[in-house]
Amino acid sequence: MAELIIISTLNGVLYGMLLFLMASGLTLIFSMMGVLNFAHASFYMLGAFLGFQISQWAGFIPAIILAPLIAGGLGALVERYGLRTVHKHGHVAELLFTFGLAFIIEEVIQMIWGKLAMDYRVPSFLDFSAFTIYATNYPAYKAFMLVFSIAIFIGLIFLLTRTRAGLIIQASLTHPNMVGMLGHNVPRVFMLVFGLGTSLAAIAGAIAGAAFVTQSNMAALLGPILFVVVVVGGLGSLWGAFVASLLIGLLQTFAIASDWSLSKFFGSYLSPTRGTILFDIWTVTIAQIGPILPYLLLVLVLIFRPTGLFGTRDT
Amino acid sequence: MSSAVKSYGVWILAAILLLILPYIFPAGASITTMCLIGIMVIFALSYNMLLGQTGMLSFGHAVYYGLAAFVTSHMINWAAKSGVPLPLPLIPVFGAAAGLFFGIVFGSVSTKRGGTAFAMISLGLAELVYSSSLILRSFFGGEEGISADRTKLIRLFGYNFGPQIQVYYLIAFWTLLCVILMYAITRTPLGRMCNAVRENPERVEFVGYNPQFVRFIAFSLAGLFAGVAGSLAAINIELAQASFVGAAQSGAVLLAAYIGGVAFFVGPVLGAILVTLLSIKLSDFSEIWVLYFGIFFITIILFAPYGLSGLLMMHAQFWRGPFGSKITRLGKLFGAYVVALIPALVMIFGAILLIEMIHHVAQKGAEGANMHFLRRNYLTVNTHTVLPWVGGVIAMIGGFFAFRFTWPTVANAWHNALVDAQRSGK
Amino acid sequence: MNSAIELKNLEKSFGKTAIIRGVSLDVKAGERHAVIGPNGAGKSTLFNLISGRFLPSSGSVLLHGENITGLRPFEINRRGLSRSFQVTNIFPRLSVWENVRCAVLWSKGYKYSFWRNIDKLEDVRARTQEILELIGMTNRAEIPAGVLTYAEQRALEIGITIAGGANIILLDEPTAGMSRGEAENAVALIRKVSEGRTLIIIEHDMGVVFNLADRISVLVYGQIIATDEPAKIKANQKVQEAYLGTAGHD
Repeated sequence: MAELIIISTLNGVLYGMLLFLMASGLTLIFSMMGVLNFAHASFYMLGAFLGFQISQWAGFIPAIILAPLIAGGLGALVERYGLRTVHKHGHVAELLFTFGLAFIIEEVIQMIWGKLAMDYRVPSFLDFSAFTIYATNYPAYKAFMLVFSIAIFIGLIFLLTRTRAGLIIQASLTHPNMVGMLGHNVPRVFMLVFGLGTSLAAIAGAIAGAAFVTQSNMAALLGPILFVVVVVGGLGSLWGAFVASLLIGLLQTFAIASDWSLSKFFGSYLSPTRGTILFDIWTVTIAQIGPILPYLLLVLVLIFRPTGLFGTRDT
Repeated sequence: MSSAVKSYGVWILAAILLLILPYIFPAGASITTMCLIGIMVIFALSYNMLLGQTGMLSFGHAVYYGLAAFVTSHMINWAAKSGVPLPLPLIPVFGAAAGLFFGIVFGSVSTKRGGTAFAMISLGLAELVYSSSLILRSFFGGEEGISADRTKLIRLFGYNFGPQIQVYYLIAFWTLLCVILMYAITRTPLGRMCNAVRENPERVEFVGYNPQFVRFIAFSLAGLFAGVAGSLAAINIELAQASFVGAAQSGAVLLAAYIGGVAFFVGPVLGAILVTLLSIKLSDFSEIWVLYFGIFFITIILFAPYGLSGLLMMHAQFWRGPFGSKITRLGKLFGAYVVALIPALVMIFGAILLIEMIHHVAQKGAEGANMHFLRRNYLTVNTHTVLPWVGGVIAMIGGFFAFRFTWPTVANAWHNALVDAQRSGK
Repeated sequence: MNSAIELKNLEKSFGKTAIIRGVSLDVKAGERHAVIGPNGAGKSTLFNLISGRFLPSSGSVLLHGENITGLRPFEINRRGLSRSFQVTNIFPRLSVWENVRCAVLWSKGYKYSFWRNIDKLEDVRARTQEILELIGMTNRAEIPAGVLTYAEQRALEIGITIAGGANIILLDEPTAGMSRGEAENAVALIRKVSEGRTLIIIEHDMGVVFNLADRISVLVYGQIIATDEPAKIKANQKVQEAYLGTAGHD
């Protein structure tokens, strides 16, 4: 039991940190520009595929450096030549644009790499067991991912609170007009933030792709969860995104490890007829409902706190 | 009398058109396509009650379509099994009720907030329902879905709705009815307040209306009509599947409505027709047609935010003065369009050639160097030679610059047409 | 005379900044009441508190003796209080006609009806027409509100505010940014539409204020320093100080 709890906690925090790598970029972009980048998970996917391709040619280390840079560069271009054009038509048009972009990125990836999973593997120098908890070996690569994502998290905090660029970004979060008045080139800040945000997603993709599955449906699978994270945390709240990321990371990881169901507890009192909805609900295990837990959380949060856990903005 | 003709004439015309369409296009495939179009027209218009009328961007409208489809399948099976005398043409009523019911349930959660938050919530709810479909197998039928034999119900006037043509008339009837109802709703107090909420929800609060409640009713009604569409879809293919509530279906209706243009009532109708036709025809030409579709969508967002109906309506201002002058005016303008179109087509040809060749090399390497361009046997290119690549690049870039060169001509023609139209007065 | 609006010890803070610091005010039914004061005194915030846009930090708002503190704006509007905005707040892509009609609908009892043809509602049509005539925009009825001139938009703003027949009207700087001639027209309009109603108006133009108001309240730094008839306000020592102290504002 203790073993399960420790391993699940580690995995949950890891998953949560990866979610936060993406959610932080998404939140930064949303806070500054008012655009929820629907294609954010697509940049995560792009990061994974670029990471895979570059690691084939040049190895793993160049891959996790170059993939985010390329994806971030593409992100900046998208902002400069796409989003900026539709901006005048309002937020709905912007959201639709990123929706279309997500669509196109998925199709382009399928066009080049096909629909099957890539053979993107953990590099051999990280392919060993880092430590053993009771009987479970914890892979070094997972430990590396955890350390890496926490390092980037700290780097992001440093960037936002200790550098001039970070201060401008922070100021833009709360007072976008004022920052423009003070003579900063707001469009360029937007472009850079969009590039930064998408490259954060691509980093997550480049390192997670090797551990999990690199496939053309990974954005569609992850995207909705990502949006749940930012809505549950409160749109535009970085702190909220952090808490919600960890919450959902832990929630899903623990759910997967659990085979509890209603019938396991109450089966001796009541057993619904096979083939009815009640029977389905009765026998489903928590592991099976793991995928819907984030969405249930979303509904609950919306009922009790419509602006999200840490949200203040009503958009 | 004349005002009655004006307000009802268009519907009578539409009814006549729907009646005679199967005689104009009698092929089996055409009938099937028209059935799909009818369903999509209802679905896209119901979507536009949200996006175009009330300003709510939903990424989960298929939920109401799909759930109603499942209810319909269960309903048909139940009626057939229990022998309840329920004729097939009435079944969509239950689809509507199901759509309305789920619209009310999910709407009460999601319409508290507008804008981006609403969009994300609609997405979350859609994922919730889709993921649940894998768990609640008795309702969703797992991988296979729930099939229903529509001919097992009591006959109405001797029709068993086995032949597709009978289903066509069933769908045509419901399509016309729903389109009329949805149009009528735009011209009610609620319909107008929906527009007001779209424009400025805050101000609505200061003229006595609760914008959240306006959104909620609009959402519930949109669910109702989506329910009719889903119900017809289930009747049409005698099956309801989990993909009916899925993201792709929600995306398809968004695309249809937006490409047609959400600012005008007819927009989604045009969009539904075009999107259905394209999704049937394009797959004959290319495996990666969805990509072209996406590029088309982005192009509309970037350059024609009011969609195809918006483009058409832009030309309404030239329809002035005596008939002859209208024709010459528009004729000159379209002449300029043709001049611009030629290099644009060269550019598009180059781009498609390059995309297809990349796809061929990346995915079809095993099939050898030769590629049948757009699956036509008479257009074969060797992807291992330099010529087609260079040709594609030249066509694309050269086409683009030539295309750009024609823009002043088009702008000039537009300006002239405008001046000419103003001169001929109202 | 009865009170139309009563404010009791109203306070509003944003974070640590107190904007309204204990305002009590009694506006009589049928009165034309002006609120003046330097920029940033909290005049618009006061309107936002009365009309339900903001929730007060403490204190209460009474409408004809009924406590309406904490009610949503539409609930307050339905009780007969309507307001305009300092920054024009209309429905830009709807026609002038639609703009006014939206503001008429609730008062005629049609609520959220989706089964009545709006063009056949004779009472709504007549009232809309009446308002358009009142604000002098019958010949602009079909034009999208967003393309009107600034002065026309301000007139439309007033039209939307009065269309529902509210008996208490709050106008937030209705003549701001207008030329002299436009402002005169606006004042004549305001005089006409406030006939037999209670009017509270925020205004910077002292000519307008002294010409129009029965009583004037002076709001300085979140507090009312004087409420009185125009002549007495002019002579008031505290007002003089407050205004001379902030001389140079517009």
